[in-house]
Amino acid sequence: MRAPRGTGIVLLVLFAGTPSALAGQEDAAAAGKVVYDRWCAECHGETGQGDGSAAASMLPRPRDFTQALYQIRTTGSGQLPTDADIRFAIENGLPGTTMPGWPNLTDGEIDDLIVYLKSFSRFFGQGPAPEPLDFGSDPGGGPAAVEAGAAAYLTMLCEECHGLSGRGDGTSAPTLEDWRGLPIRAADLTEAWVLNGGSSVEDMHTRMLTGLDGTPMPSAIDAMNSGVVSPDEVWQLAHYLASLGPREMPPLRDVIRVGRAEGGLPADGGEEAWAGVEAFYFPLSGQVVQLPRNFAPAVDGLWVQGLHDGNDIALRVQWNDPSNSPDPNWDEWQNKITTALDLDGAEPIALDSVGAPTSRPPDAVLLQFPFEPPEGTDRPYFLMGDAREPVYLWTWDSETGVGAGRGRGLDSVEPLAEDPVAGEATWEEGRWTLYLRRSIEIESDGLDFAEGTPTPIAFQAWDGSSAEVGKRSSVSTWYYILLEPPASSTVVVTPLLAMLLTGAFGLVLVRRAQDRRRDG
Amino acid sequence: MKQRGRALNSHLRNSFWYGGKSMRSHFWNRSAALLAVVAMAACGGGGGSSEGAADDAGEAAPAAAAVDPSTVGTISGMANFGGMVPTMEAIDMSAEADCAAGYGADGPMAQNVLVSNGGLANVFVYLSEGVSGAPAASGAAELDQVNCRYTPHVLGVQSGQDIEISNSDNLLHNINATPTENRGFNISQPRAGITSTQRFQVAEVMVPVRCDVHGWMQAYIGVVDHPYFAVTGADGSYSIANVPAGDYTMTAWHEEFGTMTASVTVTAGGTAMASFDYSGEMMGADVPMGDALVLEHGTNRIRVERTQ
Repeated sequence: MRAPRGTGIVLLVLFAGTPSALAGQEDAAAAGKVVYDRWCAECHGETGQGDGSAAASMLPRPRDFTQALYQIRTTGSGQLPTDADIRFAIENGLPGTTMPGWPNLTDGEIDDLIVYLKSFSRFFGQGPAPEPLDFGSDPGGGPAAVEAGAAAYLTMLCEECHGLSGRGDGTSAPTLEDWRGLPIRAADLTEAWVLNGGSSVEDMHTRMLTGLDGTPMPSAIDAMNSGVVSPDEVWQLAHYLASLGPREMPPLRDVIRVGRAEGGLPADGGEEAWAGVEAFYFPLSGQVVQLPRNFAPAVDGLWVQGLHDGNDIALRVQWNDPSNSPDPNWDEWQNKITTALDLDGAEPIALDSVGAPTSRPPDAVLLQFPFEPPEGTDRPYFLMGDAREPVYLWTWDSETGVGAGRGRGLDSVEPLAEDPVAGEATWEEGRWTLYLRRSIEIESDGLDFAEGTPTPIAFQAWDGSSAEVGKRSSVSTWYYILLEPPASSTVVVTPLLAMLLTGAFGLVLVRRAQDRRRDG
Repeated sequence: MKQRGRALNSHLRNSFWYGGKSMRSHFWNRSAALLAVVAMAACGGGGGSSEGAADDAGEAAPAAAAVDPSTVGTISGMANFGGMVPTMEAIDMSAEADCAAGYGADGPMAQNVLVSNGGLANVFVYLSEGVSGAPAASGAAELDQVNCRYTPHVLGVQSGQDIEISNSDNLLHNINATPTENRGFNISQPRAGITSTQRFQVAEVMVPVRCDVHGWMQAYIGVVDHPYFAVTGADGSYSIANVPAGDYTMTAWHEEFGTMTASVTVTAGGTAMASFDYSGEMMGADVPMGDALVLEHGTNRIRVERTQ
């Protein structure tokens, strides 16, 4: 069914008319091929089928241009994209996937590339040029619009896939497949910066009416035209979605500031005790340094809050994960992931006689510190240390809970005999909340925190239901955690002390002067 | 299972080439003529009716208006099923209690092999060679969603014909059609009473349709560029009226058993018979010809059985 390369050009010949226009298209396609072969072919494949050499380790897979199935369009469900739609995807990339934006390409190169991309599919050139839908106009946002949008979310039953929280944890989420039959996640609407069609209200509104072709995300246009929701309500729904979380990725900050708790440390990860405590976001990326690598990480970031009281430090770590692993509802998903992905040499998890996986890995998170506060900028190797310089770990997984360990590399973690780290984790509506607590200084093996001294910290995470075990994980680089000294000592005591010292010094000077005069 | 999409596509690709050498050569001509076909939707024939079909659609109007009765005949026949009838797997619909309540004590069962009194239902039969010219599509084919299942399970339409898709369940379905020769669509219907009208413009056997909310929901739409097709009813019978006299190749497609062909000669005023024989031994065995699209029991996965 795939048209031979160049068919599109022939079609353009048939439809475009004048010989000069023709020659122009041929030149553009030839120029576009040069751009494509250089920048695109490694993932999308030389013949545009989305089967480049890097494709097998990616989920979702690169676009297959021969089918002309484009997720990001302004046209109706199943329709071809406009040239502007294709340009939008090339310029901005598809956040949440391996497709980056291409700011290095000039406008002219993108024009040529579009001509070439379209030549992969015989669908282009048939019939009239695709036209954008009429999206109407935004009646405006605000609290009332967001409230109405929340109601529309339920009317449209978005939660079936995206979950009540919007974190992609709906009942149908574990069963979703793209047009190739490969597993695909329901979008986490609370992380708008990884929505592949953009995070603005307009973007979300457009995606709802066009659907995302090739994915389970349908177009809502017939529901709207049938009066289930009004055009204004679809806009309000977009405003509601935009209110679910930050639209841009939270700014990256190097240091987790652990403030001194007024009135005691929180006893658990509950919302009330942590309200108002500053949260720091840390993006995670797939572990791709050592085999087996993970090009399709499930956990893409986590939020960290901290408090201390001079004796103990408490941390709250939160991350989104639609599956509370181990969960048999996600068995099929886990199987599909292991068969869909190039596991880079890792053994897929086998199935038993009734088709269930022989193991269901837990969800897990590691916090990693050096054993000793480092001198200068020297830190252990960020992938759980090495034999020369081990790392001190706070460990948690959904089966065995919280612990402490010593890491000498990604596949070398041993629990510590004495383990003063306490804590617990709860999973609710697609989000883990992990509460950790320990004395600032300990007798046993492990790091002693020191107020006012930044200590390196790094993270690693696994989603068991996505068959993430061992080295197939998400990792961060090193950041810092800083226990802030009591505010009073710096703000109040120091100036007072300075005044007293100044006063005393003044007195001494006066006395000496008086004595000298007396003696003299 | 990971090959599902790819395998399906390759099957469809093969069946496209297989089913219509004429389709291939006339492809561009036909696409050029599409606008005309759509514009002419007022006259011409519809799909063949399926006799004795208890729950099948395909009740398209016969091609009465444009037909001279002295030049046409009828094709009828059976999809026979011999031997042991395979047991269908139960479908777990516990996630949708309202749907599950629509079934008897046994609950909902898979529909991939439905046999009644030796007749096999849901076989799509169509003229695959020998048709020259055909009346344009008329009327609308209907696909409904009832108790979290498609009705009918297999639907035949003519290229360019309206397909009215409705939802009788007061819950969310999405209708996700994934053709390879046509443009697909994916539409949400979060309430009962919503209707979507879609068309496929070129022949394609088959277009899979699924609901992503309910993974067990699967339908197939056979698209041919003439009205000479039918889907066997619950008793395995079919009948195609108003076929111009001539020699044809007929193809029968079944989701579990792949494709079979038969030669048939239609005479004016006569009734030609063409029947297809299936048996329990064919379950899970190599299919007799063509590439079969196989729905794996209980999992709603599709794989391809190749014979060559």
